[in-house]
Amino acid sequence: MTRLELVCPAGTPASLRAAVGAGADTVYCGFADETNARNFPGLNFSREEMTEAVDYAHARDTKVLVAINTFPQAGNEALWHRAVADAHTAGADAVILADIGLLAHTARHHGSLRRHLSVQAAAANPDVINFYAEEFGVKRVVLPRVLSVPEIAAINREIDTETEVFVFGGLCVMEEGRCSLSSYATGQSPNMNGVCSPASHVLYAQSGDELVSKLGEFTIDKVGQGDPAPYPTLCKGCFSAGNRTGHVFEDAISLDAASLIPQMARAGVTALKIEGRQRSRAYVAAVVRSFRQAVEACAAGQAIPPSALAKLSEGQDNTVGAYRKTWR
Amino acid sequence: MQLTLGPLMFHWKPDMIQDFYARIADEAPIDRVVLGEVVCSKRLPFYEALIPGIAERLTRGGKEVVLASLGLVTLKRERAMLADLVEAGFAVEVNDLTMMRYLVPGQRFTVGPLVNVYNTGTLGWLIARGATHICLPPELPIETVEALAAHGTKTGAGIEVWAYGRLPLAISGRCYHARLAGRSKDSCQFVCEEDRDGLAVDTLDDQKFLAINGVQTLSESRANMVGDVTAIEQTGITSLRLSPHSEGMVHVAKTFRAACDGDISAGEALAMLDEQSDAPRYSNGFMFGKTGADWSHQISG
Repeated sequence: MTRLELVCPAGTPASLRAAVGAGADTVYCGFADETNARNFPGLNFSREEMTEAVDYAHARDTKVLVAINTFPQAGNEALWHRAVADAHTAGADAVILADIGLLAHTARHHGSLRRHLSVQAAAANPDVINFYAEEFGVKRVVLPRVLSVPEIAAINREIDTETEVFVFGGLCVMEEGRCSLSSYATGQSPNMNGVCSPASHVLYAQSGDELVSKLGEFTIDKVGQGDPAPYPTLCKGCFSAGNRTGHVFEDAISLDAASLIPQMARAGVTALKIEGRQRSRAYVAAVVRSFRQAVEACAAGQAIPPSALAKLSEGQDNTVGAYRKTWR
Repeated sequence: MQLTLGPLMFHWKPDMIQDFYARIADEAPIDRVVLGEVVCSKRLPFYEALIPGIAERLTRGGKEVVLASLGLVTLKRERAMLADLVEAGFAVEVNDLTMMRYLVPGQRFTVGPLVNVYNTGTLGWLIARGATHICLPPELPIETVEALAAHGTKTGAGIEVWAYGRLPLAISGRCYHARLAGRSKDSCQFVCEEDRDGLAVDTLDDQKFLAINGVQTLSESRANMVGDVTAIEQTGITSLRLSPHSEGMVHVAKTFRAACDGDISAGEALAMLDEQSDAPRYSNGFMFGKTGADWSHQISG
C-alpha cells in the first residue's frame, strides 16, 4: 500500500529536531506572531531560527511547511506578506495559507513557492478545492474535520490536489476557520489572533467543593475536588441546554485516527497530519515515533500496532471524530 | 443606509415562514431580503416550494430579493442545490466559496457573513470577481470595518455589517440539537424545529451564553447596533443586516429605519426595541467592546 507522508508539528526549533529525529517526513511551523494559528507565548520561530530549521531539516531529507494561516488584519496586511516572503527566502517547501487575499498575493509575487490550503480555509468538497487549485494554484488541501472517510474518498476522486488529514491531537468540533466562539468570550480568535480559548483569559477558582474553570467571564466547567480539571477549551465545556446538562458540543476528548490509516490510504489521502505545535518536545517525539511505526506497518500491508498513544492525549478518551459518520 | 433582512437561520414551520415574509413584504421598511437555507440542507425541502411565491411578494413589496447559498457544503445533493440557485434569475449570496464554482458569467452575486473577509486583499479579490455587496463577518472590530468600508467606497461595492440578531459564531459537521436529543444528524427527526430562535446554552453558573441551532452555534445575546448607527454610518458602511427572529421583526426594522434616518435618537431607538415583552439580552462587543458578548449601552426609559 502507499506509504503516507507524515506531517508533524514543530512549535520550537527543539521540537522540530525531535520530530525530524523521530521520523517525520515533513514538519510544519510558524513565525512568532499572529500570522499563524498557534500564536502562543514562547512558541514559534524567529526568522533566523526558521532559516536554520529549514537547513537542518533539508540536510536530513525532511520537508518544512510554514503555516501563515490566520486572516490578515485590514491595514496590517504587510505583516502577512512579509511572512510569506520570509518563508520563501528561508527555503520553505511550502506555505500553508487560508485567506484568499493572501493566496492571491502569494500566487502573484511568489509563484514558485508551493501553496497548501490550511484547514482554516475549511474546504470541505471537491468544488471548492478545485476553486482554490484553479484560482491560486493550491497543490495540497488540509481537510476540515467534518468529513467521514467515504466522503474523503469521494473528494479525492474528483480532484487532482493532494489531501492531508488530521490523525492525532486536538479535535476542533466546529468547522475550522469559521468559528468565533473564542472571540465572543475573550475577544481573541483563531482567525484574527491565532489563538482559541487563550490561556491569558483562563481563570481557575475554588467554589465550595468544586474547582471552577472560566474563560473570560464565562464558566466553562466545574469538577469535584481531586478530579482532573481539563483546560477550559470553549467547545469542550460543560453547559446546560433544554433540561440537560453536559458536554453539549464535545467531551474533553482528542482525535486518534491511527486505526484508520489503511482506510485513509485507500481513500487516496497523501499525507497524515499530527496536531500539537503547542506540545512538548517529548510528546512530539513519542507521537511521531508511534505514527512512523503505524505508517510503515500500513505501507507493508501489516496491521497497525495497537495504539499506545492514549496516555498522551489531552483528555482521558480518544475518538475518530467525524471520520466515522455516527459522530455527527 | 440600507437595511437587509438576512436569511432565516431557524427551522420554522412552512406556515410560519409564509406569514413572516408576508408581513415583511407588506410592512417592513427593508431594502433587500436574503431568502433560502444557509444552515442545514435537510430543512430546505419543507419550504423550498414556497420560495418563488415569497420572492414574488417581496419584489412586489419593493424589496430586492437575493437567494442564499448553503453555509457548509459537503454532500453531492448540497452541491446540486448550488447549481439550482443560479437558475432562478435572482442575485445569489455566496455563503461558502463553493458557490463561486457555480456562478455563471453575468450572474449577480453578493457575499454573506460566513465568508472570511478580513482584509482589503480578500475584499478586493471578491469585488474584482464581480461581488456587488459584501456583508462582513460579525467578529470584526470597528477599525477593521472602517478600513473595509473605505475600500468599498473606493470601488463602489456596498459593505454591510451584522446589526441585529443572534450572532452566527460557528458551524459544524455535527448537529447539536440532534446530539442533545441522543440522535445523530442523519436521524435528527428535525428536533431543531422546537426552538424558533435556537435553544439557549447556559453555563453551570446560569450565565446566558450561547444558543444551538442544528449544526450552527449562535450567541445567546442578540447583536444590536441600533444605538450605534451614527458611528457605523461614519465608517462608510452602506447597509445593516437584521437577522430574522420569531417575534417583532417588523418593529425591529421600523426602529432601525427611524434611527438611520435620524427621526429618533439612539436612546429612543434602544428604548423602543426594549419595549417588547420578553426583551432579549443584547451585545455590540465585536465592534465596540473587548469581547463579542460585551454591551456598551444602558437602556433607559
